[in-house]
Amino acid sequence: MTVQELPGAASYRFTPPPAWKPRTDPAPLLPDPEPFRVLGTDAAAGFAPAVLRRLYAELVRGRRYNAQATALTKQGRLAVYPSSTGQEACEVAAALVLEEQDWLFPSYRDTLAAVARGLDPVEALTLLRGDWHTGYDPREHRIAPLCTPLATQLPHAVGLAHAARLKGDDVVALAMVGDGGTSEGDFHEALNFAAVWQAPVVFLVQNNGFAISVPLAKQTAAPSLAHKAVGYGMPGRLVDGNDAAAVHQVLSEAVARARRGGGPTLVEAVTYRVEAHTNADDATRYRGDGEVEAWRQHDPIKLLERELTERGLIDEDGVREAAERAEAMAARLRERMNADAVLDPMDLFTHVYAEQTAQLREQAAQLRAELDAEAEGDER
Amino acid sequence: MTTVAAKPATAAKPATMAQALQRAMRDAMAEDPTVHVMGEDVGTLGGVFRVTDGLAKEFGDDRCTDTPLAEAGILGTAVGMAMYGLRPVVEMQFDAFAYPAFEQMVSHVSRMRNRTRGAMPMPLVVRVPYGGGIGGVEHHSDSSEAYYMATPGLHVVTPATVADAYGLLRAAIASDDPVVFLEPKRLYWSKSDWSPDAPTAVEPIGRAVVRRTGRSATLITYGPSLPVCMEAAEAARAEGWDLEVVDLRSLVPFDDETVCASVRRTGRAVVVHESTGFAGPGAEIAARVTERCFHHLEAPVLRVAGFDIPYPPPMLERHHLPGVDRILDAVARLQWEAGS
Repeated sequence: MTVQELPGAASYRFTPPPAWKPRTDPAPLLPDPEPFRVLGTDAAAGFAPAVLRRLYAELVRGRRYNAQATALTKQGRLAVYPSSTGQEACEVAAALVLEEQDWLFPSYRDTLAAVARGLDPVEALTLLRGDWHTGYDPREHRIAPLCTPLATQLPHAVGLAHAARLKGDDVVALAMVGDGGTSEGDFHEALNFAAVWQAPVVFLVQNNGFAISVPLAKQTAAPSLAHKAVGYGMPGRLVDGNDAAAVHQVLSEAVARARRGGGPTLVEAVTYRVEAHTNADDATRYRGDGEVEAWRQHDPIKLLERELTERGLIDEDGVREAAERAEAMAARLRERMNADAVLDPMDLFTHVYAEQTAQLREQAAQLRAELDAEAEGDER
Repeated sequence: MTTVAAKPATAAKPATMAQALQRAMRDAMAEDPTVHVMGEDVGTLGGVFRVTDGLAKEFGDDRCTDTPLAEAGILGTAVGMAMYGLRPVVEMQFDAFAYPAFEQMVSHVSRMRNRTRGAMPMPLVVRVPYGGGIGGVEHHSDSSEAYYMATPGLHVVTPATVADAYGLLRAAIASDDPVVFLEPKRLYWSKSDWSPDAPTAVEPIGRAVVRRTGRSATLITYGPSLPVCMEAAEAARAEGWDLEVVDLRSLVPFDDETVCASVRRTGRAVVVHESTGFAGPGAEIAARVTERCFHHLEAPVLRVAGFDIPYPPPMLERHHLPGVDRILDAVARLQWEAGS
């Protein structure tokens, strides 16, 4: 039964008491009906050539990184790799719009964003290789650990940005999440806290169409994920996630807004996961080749390359140069990843507590004895 | 390591546990500007138990913050604040209200140090008013300590005296690791000779204490069950039993040394807690004691725990909570098992 069918519903009017008033006019908070685009539009002409060239180089490198990491999975060098092929524009733009003092909060698919921010490619893969959970010092790089539980890193981003603002520091946090993650409670709580506290945070939703196998239509009934922003009192922006210039522009504006005290923004980038969820997934069970092919035609590298070529900002040599640089990166990565990780089993007990408990000291002694016995056995 | 901070020696006034906890936060906030108190109703109202009373007024809304009503959000944002170098002290209003935050607790709070190889410690305190005996309705009286104890990376402490409430909370806030600070809510208004005006000691986390010496058997307990055990020990004298009472204070890390030294002296042990018995804290404690003291034991280690039921409605809770009689019955069974 709908509200209209309820007896007396027609005469029902909610009359708020005098003190009630809406916090903001919701109209400016609503996203555009169509994803914002730059490439192939008049807006592209005004876009800084240096930024476009930088984006292109990073996209090409990122695509090669994804391919190399996927190959390493097949060789057993990585336990798993959730590829962001097709989504590189989001990954790269997220990294490039941040200042050095800003923080990035990536999800498990966002290795590329961390690498584009300057993280050592091998350190970025530690989690996925399986030698430790996080291979880098988050404070040194201002990149939070790659987060596997969905959306739980979003409240961390809010808390960190809030803390930085309390201290008077100029810090913006950019938190990344997928379309599936927007259904989680932590997504809601993070957005609500961010808006109430007016924290300098940007939420980037990479809507790549599927949460493993579940399509967006079964994930949400909202007109777009960007629409979710309005209920929290923050602007929602809808952007073509394969248009690197558009993502860069929308995120830059959101970051600038956060930096000047304007509060959080929710950005939905509409993109597509060209590869399967991970190597353990069979994507043919839930989507057809035609759909994937259509998205391949709307490829972020192709879109940008066309723009650069038409405007004479890149020639064949430039394209080849970018490809060669990417190939060199892949070769270095391959070489370094083919060396076995050096592990110390005693590390198991080292970082559980600041000071080891008596219980852990006992267990460490037990493992030490087992290792010594193993070593002795090897010698015999 | 027991440090004593000198306070102006004015007329000593007895204080409640709630006041001692409030004083601990106030002192910590005054000494360290990175200490932030946050939670639902902790500001203007001073908390539903008034434990944070006056902190917002004294330190401002930014240091003592009324958050939106969302436990995962409260703990999740506290994680981010700790990542930036603050020391959040989070209040979960009631034991069962903390469950939405459990994912943050297990997936992030407890393991952030470990997953970052020590690069990113989590110096935060989660204060959880817990346990029954106050006539609370459903979801207001759970004893959730076993869940936290089973999560590596967390410290789990629970004071039973007013002095410990101050001393342990100061230590918890000073700790570089996350501490789940379980406050026995039925002891919030218990008074003692501890005074906020007198010198106050900071108690190190991880040390149990013998509250009463005896020779017949050891009662191993903590938090809300300590006063019950002390009463049982007094009553046991009429039966000719001289009971020792050990207050654990810290469930993680566990003080095997103090507990086992006591059991070796007495040869008998009963673990007493409100939490359910099956897979409860007592199961772990009994196993540890048996493993370490088997040849000193004259009887099996017994447990007097809450029944294995969802926490009952308030009009029935007295049947669920371990009381003096149930403890004395267990002690009697120890005598029988020993053949005496």
